[in-house]
Amino acid sequence: MSNYALISIIICYLAILFCIAFFAEKNSKSKWVNNSFIYTLSLAVYCSAWTYYGSVGIAANSGISFLPIYLGPVIAAPLWIVVLRKVMRISKQHKISSIADFVSLRYGNNRFLGALITIICVFGTLPYISLQLKAISETFEIMIDETSYVSNSIFDDSTFYIAVLLAVFATFFGTQATDASEKHRGIVVSVAFESILKLLFFLIIGIYVTYYLFDGTADIYNKISMTPDFESLTKISGLEAGFDWFFMMMISFIVIFLLPRQFQVSVLENNREKHLKQAIWMFPLYLLLFNVFVIFIAWGGKLTFGNVVNAEYFTLLLPLQNNNVFLALLVFLGGFSAVISMVVVSTLALSTMVSNNLIIPYGFLDKFIKGQPDKNANYIKNIRRISIFCIIITAYVFYINFSIELSLYSIGLISFVVISQLAPSFFIGLFWNRGSSKASIIGIIVGFIITVYTLLLPFTIEAFTGINDFTDHGLFNISALKPYALFGIDFLSPPAHAFFWSMSANVMCYLIFSLTSKGNYRERNYAEMFVDSRNYSSLQDSALVWKGEAYVKDIKNVLNKFLGEDRAQRALNLFFMKYKIPPNTQMADARLINFSEKLLTGSIGSASAKILIASVVKEEQVSLVEVLKILEESKETIASNKALREKSQQLTSLALKLKEANEELISKDKQKDEFLDTVAHELKTPVTGIRAATELLMDDDEMPSEIKEQFLNNMLNDSDRLSRLINNILDFEKLSRGRNQLNLKQNGIKNTVKQAIIGVQQLAINKGVTIINDNLVDFRFSYDEDRILQVLTNLLSNALKFTEPNVGKIIVEYKMINNFVEFYVIDNGKGISEEDFEHIFDKFYQSKNQNTVKPEGSGLGLAICKQILEQHNGKIWAKKGNKKGATFVFMLPFE
Amino acid sequence: MKKKILIVDDEPNIVMTLEYTFKKQDFEVFIARDGSEALHILESNFPDIVLLDIMMPDVDGYQTLKYIKSKESLKQTKVVFLTAKNKASDIEKGLKLGADKYLTKPFSIKKIVSEVLELLN
Repeated sequence: MSNYALISIIICYLAILFCIAFFAEKNSKSKWVNNSFIYTLSLAVYCSAWTYYGSVGIAANSGISFLPIYLGPVIAAPLWIVVLRKVMRISKQHKISSIADFVSLRYGNNRFLGALITIICVFGTLPYISLQLKAISETFEIMIDETSYVSNSIFDDSTFYIAVLLAVFATFFGTQATDASEKHRGIVVSVAFESILKLLFFLIIGIYVTYYLFDGTADIYNKISMTPDFESLTKISGLEAGFDWFFMMMISFIVIFLLPRQFQVSVLENNREKHLKQAIWMFPLYLLLFNVFVIFIAWGGKLTFGNVVNAEYFTLLLPLQNNNVFLALLVFLGGFSAVISMVVVSTLALSTMVSNNLIIPYGFLDKFIKGQPDKNANYIKNIRRISIFCIIITAYVFYINFSIELSLYSIGLISFVVISQLAPSFFIGLFWNRGSSKASIIGIIVGFIITVYTLLLPFTIEAFTGINDFTDHGLFNISALKPYALFGIDFLSPPAHAFFWSMSANVMCYLIFSLTSKGNYRERNYAEMFVDSRNYSSLQDSALVWKGEAYVKDIKNVLNKFLGEDRAQRALNLFFMKYKIPPNTQMADARLINFSEKLLTGSIGSASAKILIASVVKEEQVSLVEVLKILEESKETIASNKALREKSQQLTSLALKLKEANEELISKDKQKDEFLDTVAHELKTPVTGIRAATELLMDDDEMPSEIKEQFLNNMLNDSDRLSRLINNILDFEKLSRGRNQLNLKQNGIKNTVKQAIIGVQQLAINKGVTIINDNLVDFRFSYDEDRILQVLTNLLSNALKFTEPNVGKIIVEYKMINNFVEFYVIDNGKGISEEDFEHIFDKFYQSKNQNTVKPEGSGLGLAICKQILEQHNGKIWAKKGNKKGATFVFMLPFE
Repeated sequence: MKKKILIVDDEPNIVMTLEYTFKKQDFEVFIARDGSEALHILESNFPDIVLLDIMMPDVDGYQTLKYIKSKESLKQTKVVFLTAKNKASDIEKGLKLGADKYLTKPFSIKKIVSEVLELLN
């Protein structure tokens, strides 16, 4: 294929990507652009040219050790729900625009820390980008026919132009908005598209090699197993290699969170937390698919070419060998996609960091304070644009000078180890509020120095000079200082070895300095917010502790400079509305300071925002004690709110109870009134009879004698009835006041029951109701016979009252149970209704279900019974659950 | 022609005195021991006056009065409440329902007689 044809294909392909990105930017709210598939596919930016070409190289030369780089992320994926979600929430709240911003904010907006992290990221990413350029350049050369073609100057080198094109693409879609925390939907969607392509093309070549060039997996396996070094390719050899695997997986576990491009797509570009739920299984699935054919392509290539060509490009060389240029072109485009997505996202992330955490806070702030808003926005954008170009150009230079001789795999691992140095500050700081900025800075620097000594330095020396003295003999010929075998640990591969030492030292420094030095108030404040992000999210703006003097006017001026007057005014109006602060307030409070910092963070990074706001406010130092006090207070506010809520609930229930009690009282009162009415009625009835009869007898001399006798007889009955009623009332009153002394004597119960039955027998006979008592035994014990007789009579009368004439039946029984004599009065009458059960023993209670409107009893009968039994230390109740009729039970202690 | 009186009360002793009194006054006397009995009698006989107790089993005095007021054929029938309920609110309620007189127990025979005669003239 000719040079120009390939370049035109590349340009066409870039044009397609440009259209996709453009479409996504225009439809940034659409469902096509915002879904969990796009999110997961954008995470696949992890699979760069290193994966696409490098894995095959490793598989061919050292067997399955390419795998740990993918196992780490697979292990990490389920943890995203915990870790990544927290990071997302904090980032959204604080308008974080890069990982440097995130970590430095955690440590109190430390400007130096932000810059340090930026530098680490640049160191970690530049070689990585150059690796991608190397892959492009080499695959380009494989693709074109003129194999002898060698570029003699930069301007002849097509890689340079491709790099420039990538820079243009990244610039165009990466710097649309001044606020870097805004989403870049165009870039994300094009990355997702590229992720589909690279996976698809890789699978195609995998299938082509395995099933077209060979007869399936078994065929390849059988053939490769004949070769002499087969053993070493398929085994993890011994415990030492096991350690190697372990550290490799740790490295990849860490970088899936921390690589600037991963942080960009997984946290900053995420717009729905729920997309994570799908991503935690889809992303591992993607990695799995990507790795299925790696080993077979590697073996197939090895069987075809032996060890003469670079195994990393088997995927291209195999189809070309078989004159399948189209397939090779597809593979090339897949690799190109992997490169573009990695380079664009990485440079975007890095340029934001470089501008917000390095250039602006260390040089341009003064200029911005004086400048005009529209000019400022342009300045910021331009700084980022220039950064993008600089990064790519630097990567290109790096590639020209360093990478040509090195494998993709080794450069990738160096990047990973460097980036890993952020891990202690990031992970521990997220869950441990003691971690301080000093500890973080020292940990990162020490870890980085060790990485340089054990990995970067020997690597570059070897690459440049080709002399191995330093590696073989150590610094000053001290064997304990051998860079690849520090203090005698010589069984690990260089990257794992470097990771082991640098990470150990980093974590140690972090822990020791965190425990021995306390951060200032600002740090403790942010630490508390990060670690406890869930609880404080409700407090948000006011969670920041701040003390000092600031004017709204000054802050507004600063905001105007960066946001423009309209946006600043709008933001402030929203703020005032949210907290119900009058818009003409002069003095700014902690919330406004915090709010303004957040507003600016998106544009110029958190460190610069802090410096800018600090320049117009007079901030006072707040002692740690005060910070803790304020934090404690806000916690207390939450606690006391909770307590208040509980109190109010208690009050509500108390009020309810009072209401119930009151209603009960009213009902009692009403009942008492009704009872008095009833008593009066009952008393008046016999009096009326007596009065009328007397009047007639007095006035009528001619009254026949038999009528006269009848009237006199009636008067006698009425008088008896009157006195009975009076006795009942007095009785009840006496009993209820407990004044009544029981007349306790040894009595036979059989006789008492017999007397009671005799007392009502006549009434029963009249009504046609039978009363049955079959008891033969007699118990003699101490009780007040008159009173128990009264109880029995009352129960029997009630039973008589509520049974039907002629079919009614009443059973009286008693038996001894556990030192008590229990009595049963059972009838087959209409029974007791559910609502009556609770009240029938209350005084004045009259059942609503009586078959007469005028209550027949005084309303005192059962109440009197209850009192009598209580004074005997006994009990009376009505049995529930009867199908028909009522059963009254009472028991007396047998002594 | 004899005047007809219906006495409605569930207390036999009281009924007995009233029955004796009005028979002596040359009334034709009907007795009902509760509201439902009263309704039965009212259907076939059209008394000139009813002496009506209020607290009675089943159909009470108020319901009986309502029945009388609803019947065209009983338009001429006077109704006297004769009850132990003597609260002002009870009296008001009784008269509102359309009773011609409200007398309370215990009563004077002479007074009852004079009130009944006055109503009928």
